[in-house]
Parts: sequence; C-alpha cells; structure tokens
Amino acid sequence: MKSYSAQRRLSLIGRYILLTILAILWILPIVWIILASFSYNDTGFVSTFWPDKFTLQNYIGIFTNPQYPFGNWIINTLAISLASMVISTFLTISVAYVLSRLRFAFRKPFLQIALVLGMFPGFMAMIALYYILKGLNMLNLFGLLLVYVGGAGLGFYVAKGFFDTIPRAIDEAAEIDGATNWQVFLHIGLPLSKPMIVYTALTAFIAPWTDFIFSGIILSTSGNAKDYTIAYGLYNMVHTAKGNATAYFAQFVAGCVIIAIPITILFVFMQKFYVNGITAGADKG
Amino acid sequence: MFRKKHVAPKATYRETFKKGDGATKLSFFLMGSNAFANKQWVKGIVFLLSEIIFFVWFFMSGIPALKLLSNLGPDKTKRVVYDASQGVYVTKQPSNSVLILLFGILAIFMCIAFIWIYYLNLRSTRNNYIAKRDGDHIATNMEELKSLFDSRLHSTLMTIPLLGILFFTVLPTVFMISMAFTNYDRQHPIAFSWTGFQAFGNVLSGDLAGTFFPVLGWTLIWAVAATATTFFFGVLLAMLIESKGIKHKGFWRTVFVIVWAVPQFVSLLMMAQFLDYQGALNNILMNLHLISSPIHFIDNQASPLVARITVIIVNMWIGIPVSMLVSTAIIQNLPQDQIEAARIDGANAAQIFRSITFPQILFVMAPSLIQQFIGNINNFNVIFLLTGGAPMNSKYNGAGSTDLLVTWLYNLTFGQEQRYNASAVLGILIFVISAVVSLLAYRRTNAFKEG
Repeated sequence: MKSYSAQRRLSLIGRYILLTILAILWILPIVWIILASFSYNDTGFVSTFWPDKFTLQNYIGIFTNPQYPFGNWIINTLAISLASMVISTFLTISVAYVLSRLRFAFRKPFLQIALVLGMFPGFMAMIALYYILKGLNMLNLFGLLLVYVGGAGLGFYVAKGFFDTIPRAIDEAAEIDGATNWQVFLHIGLPLSKPMIVYTALTAFIAPWTDFIFSGIILSTSGNAKDYTIAYGLYNMVHTAKGNATAYFAQFVAGCVIIAIPITILFVFMQKFYVNGITAGADKG
Repeated sequence: MFRKKHVAPKATYRETFKKGDGATKLSFFLMGSNAFANKQWVKGIVFLLSEIIFFVWFFMSGIPALKLLSNLGPDKTKRVVYDASQGVYVTKQPSNSVLILLFGILAIFMCIAFIWIYYLNLRSTRNNYIAKRDGDHIATNMEELKSLFDSRLHSTLMTIPLLGILFFTVLPTVFMISMAFTNYDRQHPIAFSWTGFQAFGNVLSGDLAGTFFPVLGWTLIWAVAATATTFFFGVLLAMLIESKGIKHKGFWRTVFVIVWAVPQFVSLLMMAQFLDYQGALNNILMNLHLISSPIHFIDNQASPLVARITVIIVNMWIGIPVSMLVSTAIIQNLPQDQIEAARIDGANAAQIFRSITFPQILFVMAPSLIQQFIGNINNFNVIFLLTGGAPMNSKYNGAGSTDLLVTWLYNLTFGQEQRYNASAVLGILIFVISAVVSLLAYRRTNAFKEG
C-alpha cells in the first residue's frame, strides 16, 4: 500500500513539473513583451530577453509622440467600440432570439443562407465595401462603424445556442396568460439572457480594439493619423518601417501593452460564456 | 405543444382577381388600393409609396444602370473625341466599371426587393379577399400595427439586421463573385469587361496555376496540422489540469488563457520579433549554448520547411489554450460511469484515455472541429502577422512559401500584382473548398450519430 501511495505522489509531482514547464513556455513570450516595453532602446529592436536598462520613457513617449497621436486613437476606438457595442448587441440578440424562439416561413432559408455566407472569406467583401463606402463618401470612422454593425446580424450563433437551452414552457405559460410575443421577448427573453447580453456586448466592444485590417483599408485613405483606431495605428507604426530599425519600436510595444491589459482582462472574464456557447452549439450537432 | 393551428381556407390569386371587387382588382396594378378600401391606412400608404418610389427610380436611373451592366460601360480606353456641339476635341475618360458594376447589382437588388413587396401586397390582398368572402373579421389598421409586435414580431426585429446583412455582406459578396468573371486587373484598372471564365482559367491552368496548386496543398496541410495539433494537445492539457490532485485549477487555466486573450496583432507581431534572426529566442538559445549560430526561423532566408514548422508551432501556442478551455468544459460533463467500469476492469490511464475519454470528446467536438478546420483555411492573422508569407518563393507568383490561399488573395488585391479578378476567383474557390469540407464532414458526423 505504501508503494502505491508513493507512486501516486511521484506521478503528482511529475504532473506538477510538466504543468509548470508548459506554463512557463506559454507565458514566456508574454513576459518578454512586457519586459520589452520597459527596456531602454533606440535601435528599434529588442534582441535580449532581459532588458539591459529599464526605463519608463516608452510609456511617456507613446502619449507625447506628435507623429502618432496615441490619445486620439484611444478616443476614436472607444467611441466606435461603445457605439458598435450598443447597436450590435441589440441586433445580434434580436436575430438570435427570433431564430431560436419564433417560427416563421423564412427561418430555415435564413439559417442556410447565413451558413453559406459565412463560408466566403471575409476579405473578398472588402474591396466592394471600400467602393460602397467611397461612393457614399464615408471612408471615415462612421463608415467603419457601419461595417462593424452591418455584420452583427450574422453573429448570432453563440446567442442562439444560449436561447435554445431556455425551456419553451416558460414562453408558453406567458402566452397562455395572454402575453404577446413582444411582451414575452421584453419581460422573459431579455431578463433571462443577461449573461448572453454581457457576452455579446463584450465581444462587440473588443472587436474594434483588435481589428487592424478593416480599419486599415477604410481609414488609411484619409492619411490623417488622428483618424486611426488604435489597432491600425499601432500596426501602422511598425508595419511602415518593417525590416528597418525604427526609433519608435519600443513605444509601439508600450502602446500594445497599454491596450492589451484591459482586453486580456475582459477576455479572461468572458471565457466561461465562450465555452458555454461552443459546447451548447456542439450538443445539437 | 400548445400551438394555435389556424389554416385559412385557400383562394388562388386568379380567383382573387376574378371575383374580387374593384379595389381588389386594382391592387394588382396599383399596390395598396385594397388596403385603402379596407381602411388599413398605414399598410396602404407604405405599399403605394414604395410603388411610386420604385417606378420613379426605375425610369430615372434603374434602366440606365441595368443597361450599362451588360457591357460595364462603353468606353474602355481613354481617347480623344471630337465634340461637335462645342467644335473642340475633348479627352474622354474611360467609364468607371467598378461603380457601374456596383450600381448595376444594386439595381438588380432593388428590382428583387420590389417584386417581393409586390408579392406581399398580393398576399395581403388575397387574405382580405378571403376574409370578406367568408364573412370573417378584416384586421383593422390598429390590429395590423399590433400584429407587428405579436404574430409578426420576427419581421419587426429582423428588418434592420437583414438590411445590414444585405448591404454589408450580401451586396459585397455578389459584387466580388461577379468580379471573378471580368478582366479587372492591372492592365484594366478603370474600365474592364466581362470575360466569362477566363480568370478561372488563369488560376486553374494559366500563369497562376503554378502558384495556386502548391499554395492550395500547403493550405490544406496547414489546416489539417493546425486543427489536429491544437485539438489533440488541447485535450491533453485539459486532462492534465483536470487530473486528480492538481490544485488551483483555475489559476493554471488562466495562465494559458492569457496567451489567447492578448490581441493577436500584438502577440503575433511581437512573436515575429521574438523569433527574428537577431531576436530574443536566438539570443537565449545562443547563451544556453544550444546552438552555435542563430537560426533563420521565419525571415526571407529561412528554409520553407523550417518556416512552415515554426508557423505550426506558433499556432499551437495561440490555439491550444482555446481548445483546452473547450475540452475542459466537455471533460467536466463526461459521464463517469464508463470510466469507473473500465477502471474496475483493470484499464490503465492510457487505455481509458484512448478508448473512452478521447472518443467521447471527439464526438462532442466534431462540429466545432469542422468550424476550426475552415477557420484555419482562412487563418489570415497567423500567417500575415507572423511571416507575411516569407520566405519568398521565386517559383510563385506573388506568394511566399508560408502563404495560405487567403493571404495570397490579399496580396493579389492589395500588393503589387493588383489582379482583382484572380483574387475574386480565389475567394470563390476557398468558398467551394469550405463548403465541400463541411458538407462531407457533417454528413459523416450525422451518419456516425445514427450508427
């Protein structure tokens, strides 16, 4: 019996060691990014793991850099993401609720069309979107907001999976009591879906902070750095000088760390909803 | 199930037209007149207005837009023409085919929308006719409006999202599909014409075929490798964290989830720096005396094989946490009785994993695995941010050794090549591949379920 418990102990220690090694491997590059943001550097390149010299200059520099108006980027992105959050959440939740709870002739065809549309690569639509917005004279932040909001109706899968799990008996009880579909939606559907609303809102809120492609195509024509969103602004900071040493590389890293911290916290907070959505959808095949 | 089942007695449109009163007959030509006759003012006004607006638009700009669509504009090249009215020579700019195509497609959309509204008008006319014929109650104006929040709530809630999808997803997609049938490229940047399947020919057997097939091959290898590695190791990692005796499971999970949570343009751009020839990883390895000279991981001097393996490994770094999270949720909900039974029968941990746990996880995750596979075919971020397609391949046309179809598509449009039609063809082909894969896979999984 003693050898058995010793064996178990050994196995537990082995698993702890393995887990620790893996965790260090995974977190090492992230730690390096944070270290790099504090390193004194004017070569545009971070080639050591541990900085030779620590400095706060990068964080001060990114806010005072006249060429890259970091403060404007934050304000732009915040405005867009808040607006997109409110509108997209409303649209996504409505579509998900309607598709999950109501039955109407167009429902099945819509689900199939949504599936087919989802299989086209998103970039394909980009040139067309560029010309549509150009034709409407909206190659600006407002146009970008329209693009984010325009796709909201197709992002219903996770929320629909959630609504599918709420028993229909609740709706039916309300219907028997004479409630209209709208009242059921307002007084039963919405209150029950609070966690889903939070998840949808967070997803919509985060998207503009991480999207550098759409924002790049739509905002780059103006050429005015003050109009950029944060993801494209930061991306642009290193991309335009990729390969060459850039004096602003360390500031770029500092800017990245500043926005990555809140997004990371939001994401860690969201992981539970994400998992529930995926597995709820998976049950139904 | 408590369902109100109310089947209205049928009447054909022919009967409605023949036996209906004057307003009903008129409704077939002047939309909404039947609604007016039945005092459904709002409905009538909406129908009538949309008919007026449509026909004004149709004769003002609809017909010219549709006419131009047939050849995408008459003037293909810039030329000097004699203007008789002014008696001078003027330069005539080529027609802007992109806008012509866009407005042409919009015009077709408008026509379809009008036909649909016309159909709604007919349907409402018929319903009113049936109600009148059978002596039933005809909905009043108020009741019609109220039904928008009850029996027709779906149309109220779906209208705005549908318009968004129509303008920002369907219209661009149709636009790009039609672009694949033109010669829109660097030689024809402003005015282009319909060329049928010529662009498809270029990609499948012409000058781009030498790039298309190798890139397609790598895309498929990448998608299989990326999906399989992240899934398999994600499951293993989840089992390791969930195994008996490990404390602070939430903490361990969070450590891995952080990597997934950092925005990809930050983590991947920095990873590219980390893996650079002069980067931190080479520095660490040199200091540990594991290597004597730096390795070219992902730059232009890297060997294609090393770059491809690096890309797959970096993708594991990003992807394993997600699949770990999902499989954790599944593992926690697995029925324990089979595992108990196997343990009593003397199965060891590896046998239990191979024969019970893993098949069960695979079964539950099959649909999301298919989605991941398609997601990996279209995995733009990892390749674009990490390698940008490098190392460049001199045998390829506008693509590097790690380029996927989707990043090549991006290069063809926004890079030096400017072969818009070819990139549209690529988009269609990617769609076909995704559709075929998911169709096959879903059928397999359904068959699996029934068996």
